[in-house]
Amino acid sequence: MSKNRIRYFVDSFARAAFATAALLSVAILLGIFIMLLYNGAKTFEEVPLSAFFLSTEWNPSAYGEPAFGVLSMVASTLLVTLGAMIIAVPLGVGAAAYLSEVASEGVREVLKPMIELLAAIPSVAVGFIGIVLVGPFLSRTFGLSNGLNALNGSILLAVMSLPTIITVAEDAIRSVPQSFKEASYALGGDAWVTLVRITLPASASGIIAAVILGMGRAIGETMTVLMACGNATGFPAGFFSPVRTMTATIAIELGEVPFGTTHYFSLFAVGALLFVLSLGFNLIAERIAAHYRYTI
Amino acid sequence: MKQYLAIFCAALLMAGCQFAPEGVEHILIKGSDTEVNLALSLAETYMAKDAMVSIAVTGGGSGMGIAALINGKTDIANSSRSMKPKEIELAEAQGIDPTPIVFAVDALALVVHPKLPVGELSVAEVGQIYRGEIQNWQAVGGPDLKITIYGRQSNSGTYVFFRDSVLQADYASTLMQMNGTAQIVEALRTDRSGIGYVGLGYVLDKQRNAVEGIRILNIQPPSDSTALSPIDVDNIRNGAYPLVRPLFQFTDGPPEGKLLDFILFCLSPEGQRIVENSGYYPLSPRYRQYNKQWLDE
Repeated sequence: MSKNRIRYFVDSFARAAFATAALLSVAILLGIFIMLLYNGAKTFEEVPLSAFFLSTEWNPSAYGEPAFGVLSMVASTLLVTLGAMIIAVPLGVGAAAYLSEVASEGVREVLKPMIELLAAIPSVAVGFIGIVLVGPFLSRTFGLSNGLNALNGSILLAVMSLPTIITVAEDAIRSVPQSFKEASYALGGDAWVTLVRITLPASASGIIAAVILGMGRAIGETMTVLMACGNATGFPAGFFSPVRTMTATIAIELGEVPFGTTHYFSLFAVGALLFVLSLGFNLIAERIAAHYRYTI
Repeated sequence: MKQYLAIFCAALLMAGCQFAPEGVEHILIKGSDTEVNLALSLAETYMAKDAMVSIAVTGGGSGMGIAALINGKTDIANSSRSMKPKEIELAEAQGIDPTPIVFAVDALALVVHPKLPVGELSVAEVGQIYRGEIQNWQAVGGPDLKITIYGRQSNSGTYVFFRDSVLQADYASTLMQMNGTAQIVEALRTDRSGIGYVGLGYVLDKQRNAVEGIRILNIQPPSDSTALSPIDVDNIRNGAYPLVRPLFQFTDGPPEGKLLDFILFCLSPEGQRIVENSGYYPLSPRYRQYNKQWLDE
């Protein structure tokens, strides 16, 4: 075999291997979605669509009539995630701006690995902190009888999504061309004006991507919210209400649910709904990001 | 050399015989994880007395044990709850006749924060609180404070037992579904407005004192005018304390032969002592009467 033939063989083999790797993740994604939809759809043989999507009462293993309304847990998931983003976005973007624009190289080299280390804390440990630290703190600060509520979950999820937000946003801010900033300085802008009016808008698409990734982290987190949010199935009245999110519901109930029952299938329907929700957020984010993309 | 070999072979044969003599009966026990340690202690003690019986105990949960009984895969299904109508239906379709025998009693305690000035509740009041009909401690003689109700998660046998026997309706949607007994106790140590239910064994120490940081409520049975403390073991032994649940051994039809011998051993004074040493309670006369449907002691 000539050298060229070997090279040709290796090349085409590598091409096929990488294509398989790329397609594999698509296939897994589709496979999961189809499995969720296929099992979830069987719920609606017994439960009318309106009783699933428009009812706030979820109690599939009820003493009386079982109820399959997802509205309360969808609201709980959105509430906890919204709270987490309200806390994490200013902190995360601020930290990213500081790391890329303000901090000296030495400070950056110490801070960045430490922030990334935050992502390595197991979620069950974060949940434990929610029970023994954040919960009592909230109940003291706000005069509540206990601190197991949506706000507790939001605070913990904010901490958990910070590393994602900071890392991705920092990359985005650093990728803004130096010439943009020099132009701002040349026109008399100071560091603050340059950061807020030039650098941040120029990296908006990357920052939005960072926020969405952080949100994905928050919306799908299970163990932490299961431990810290109080798990009451009612519709949340606010951040001080105990809530049970979609993920927590699936985690709690899938373990003991009798196979092949409506309850079993309804948990897949909840999973499919969660999938569609986070897919929806991703698509919206893509649109927003595309809108803000600067062309150079 | 040949001699030694023969002796060795004989020894081997005898050893083999010791582990598997002719005519040994095997009994399989499967089910409730709560009861698995108790079932093991009972089985070990019984096997020491009767070399002709070998008993294997596995857990997996009450539901698993019942499913195994229905499929004919176990001789005894241990369960901390009664069988559901659907399960009985399934069993009958398989030609299995599930026979519930109560062999021990578990007690539940209602616990509150020690600083809450409420010492007793009636069973009816407990039901009203957990159904969400009473939402303030004032209604049961306490301070003007909103009640926070704590319970187990919906996959717990205790959750189902408490709902079916005390509430006889669904829980209020404000129920804080805690991830295990420890979390309920942990929450009540700090939450002055809370009430929660836990297995009695979990909140009593070896000397039968309430563990620090919580208060165990006295409970007034429906037919009684005084509230009874579960800390006093006699209230549970004589069946007066209301929040008790039977632990079952389900067999296929009334037990016979070695199976009957083993179950009678569990119900004997010696068996019931093992039950008590494992943190549960011996049968009250009511449950002895209940077993008479199937057993002649």
